[in-house]
Amino acid sequence: MIRRNLLATAAAALTLGAAPAMAQDPTEACFVYVGPIGDGGWTFQHHEGALAVKEAYGDKVNIRWQESVPEGADAERVITQMAISGCDIIFTTSFGYMDATNAVAAKFPNVKFEHATGYKREHPNVSTYNARFYEGRAVVGHIAGKMTQTNKIGYIASFPIPEVIMGINSYFHHAKLANPDVELVVTWAYTWFDPAKEADAARAMLDQGVDVITAHTDSTAPLAEIGKEGGSAWGFGQASDMAAFMTNDDGTPGPRVASIIDEWSPYYVKRVGQLMDGTYEQVDSWAGMPEGEVVIGEMTDAIPADVRAEAQAMIDAITSGEYHPFTGPMNKQDGSAWLAEGEVSDDGTLLGMNFYIEGITGDIPN
Amino acid sequence: MDLSNINPILLVASIMISATPILLAAIGEMVVEKSGVLNLGVEGMMITGAVIGFVVAINTGSPVFGFAIAAVAGAVISLSFGVLTQIFLSNQVATGLGLTLVGLGLSSLIGKPYEGMKTETLPKLDIPILGDLPVVGQMLFSHDIMVYLSLLLVLAVWAFLKYTRFGLILRAVGESHDSAHALGYKVIRVRMAAIMFGGACAGLGGAYLSLVRVPQWTEGMTAGAGWIALAIVVFASWRAGRVLVGAYLFGGITVLQLNLQAAGMTWGVQYLSMSPYVITILVLVLISSNRKKGSHNAPANLGQTFHATR
Repeated sequence: MIRRNLLATAAAALTLGAAPAMAQDPTEACFVYVGPIGDGGWTFQHHEGALAVKEAYGDKVNIRWQESVPEGADAERVITQMAISGCDIIFTTSFGYMDATNAVAAKFPNVKFEHATGYKREHPNVSTYNARFYEGRAVVGHIAGKMTQTNKIGYIASFPIPEVIMGINSYFHHAKLANPDVELVVTWAYTWFDPAKEADAARAMLDQGVDVITAHTDSTAPLAEIGKEGGSAWGFGQASDMAAFMTNDDGTPGPRVASIIDEWSPYYVKRVGQLMDGTYEQVDSWAGMPEGEVVIGEMTDAIPADVRAEAQAMIDAITSGEYHPFTGPMNKQDGSAWLAEGEVSDDGTLLGMNFYIEGITGDIPN
Repeated sequence: MDLSNINPILLVASIMISATPILLAAIGEMVVEKSGVLNLGVEGMMITGAVIGFVVAINTGSPVFGFAIAAVAGAVISLSFGVLTQIFLSNQVATGLGLTLVGLGLSSLIGKPYEGMKTETLPKLDIPILGDLPVVGQMLFSHDIMVYLSLLLVLAVWAFLKYTRFGLILRAVGESHDSAHALGYKVIRVRMAAIMFGGACAGLGGAYLSLVRVPQWTEGMTAGAGWIALAIVVFASWRAGRVLVGAYLFGGITVLQLNLQAAGMTWGVQYLSMSPYVITILVLVLISSNRKKGSHNAPANLGQTFHATR
């Protein structure tokens, strides 16, 4: 399907190449995905965003995508192919595409490139965008701290990059505020998508008495594994709502008690719109709850009502800008001061975050 | 690090579950390779089994039936490989890779409507006496039937190849198809049967992933397990016992390193993460190189096409 699209467009580009672009030409918005759309998580949400673009602009825009593109040399080839075949704007939706995106952007100055979760903008046609997922981690961290019976909460981490470390710190900080006795177990899976391994990681933590787990990987496997505990352990939807795990078949509350949803649609619709009406500019976008890019999915009845109310209050405070999840006092892991009382972290520190906060045991692998 | 957090009973139990899909796929592929055929499509056959097993289990409510049909589906899709390579004499490496691609694509097409659904999983067996033993009972004798079937399968394959006449014929076909043909054995029929057995085993392995280990369907969920199975066959130098060692070692270290992490071991997490691959290869190479003759034991006609007129 994809290949046929690409070929057809390549042929069209050849025949139309010489003629000046007509106003009626649809804008080609292209997406590079790291996993399959059917992962039910990260890539699924990006694709929802792509569909929202089509929905918003109809015939004025064509969307194209390529799934399961490995990070590395293959990515550069896929992005180049898209640029050659007439894409006007290319969204590369994984951190590992950073260098490939910038390398291809150098060769195609007339094509706009948008790289998700990265920080390199080496050329004027490269923008970066990200969402403040740590805002969501703060809310689920609070819920985790309140709900754990064993006082051990878990985090299935993918790779030791600032994005993940930020999530770990935010999750633990808010769990600790809710429950001073809480202890955090971090397991590094070294993969974004491998359902069997993600399930193994969840199982290892469950076997050791962890009873609330959040995942920073892409599939729903950890929730399925948590579900095997039959109501004594809980988890959260990650990237997508994962609503299938909200209720068990017998009507009892399922393992998913809330979720952090990545809502890329507002950004994608805005950027493609700007490209079409000529107001497009290079940006470094980092939006969160206020802009509707980070959303907490429905909190189920498994969460006590007062905890739900507290979580909702936190969501409201973050959305209105009253509360920033990284507000002092906070110390680094070694006990040195980081943020003073009431001080808020600047974005630069967060985006380069390479340290744990006080109370987390273990080292960040590097 | 607090090792006392790791419960050895639960650890061994989850190792057995973790190793079973790879073991099933690897033992099947070993038989295929013993007959002189190199089928690189294990990943494709596994994921076909995973999706078909899941779909059947959802629609019939019976995971056992799901496993049965997954085995049939694995055998059927491997038959396409068999027809192409054995009858039309296509290149086995290219055809096997093609089979993997077909399997991945086909499975995501079939599985699309079933994403996010939940299925019944296999019940844990309630083995009298053995299951009631302290420690060992929960560790070894409280699993689902497929765990024991996979172990029985290893035993059966070993006995088949070593002690039966048909096992000897299969090995003869793999070592020298021309001689076997000259003796009147039906090389292509033997190979076809071996290929279908391999497909059925890979299908079972895939179904174990989607019905027991993860219990859900997710596109691309085998995530390379088929390739691990292929590698284990080679490093196990085509011996059933070593395939078992390899699969349990790989599954075991994968689970163990995650448990060590969860217990608070923080030194060299990245080394822990690569350890399943490194240790499995090292151990299997060491035990394989320890033989008197030192031969690698590969079937002499592995990967070569056979045509009766040549």
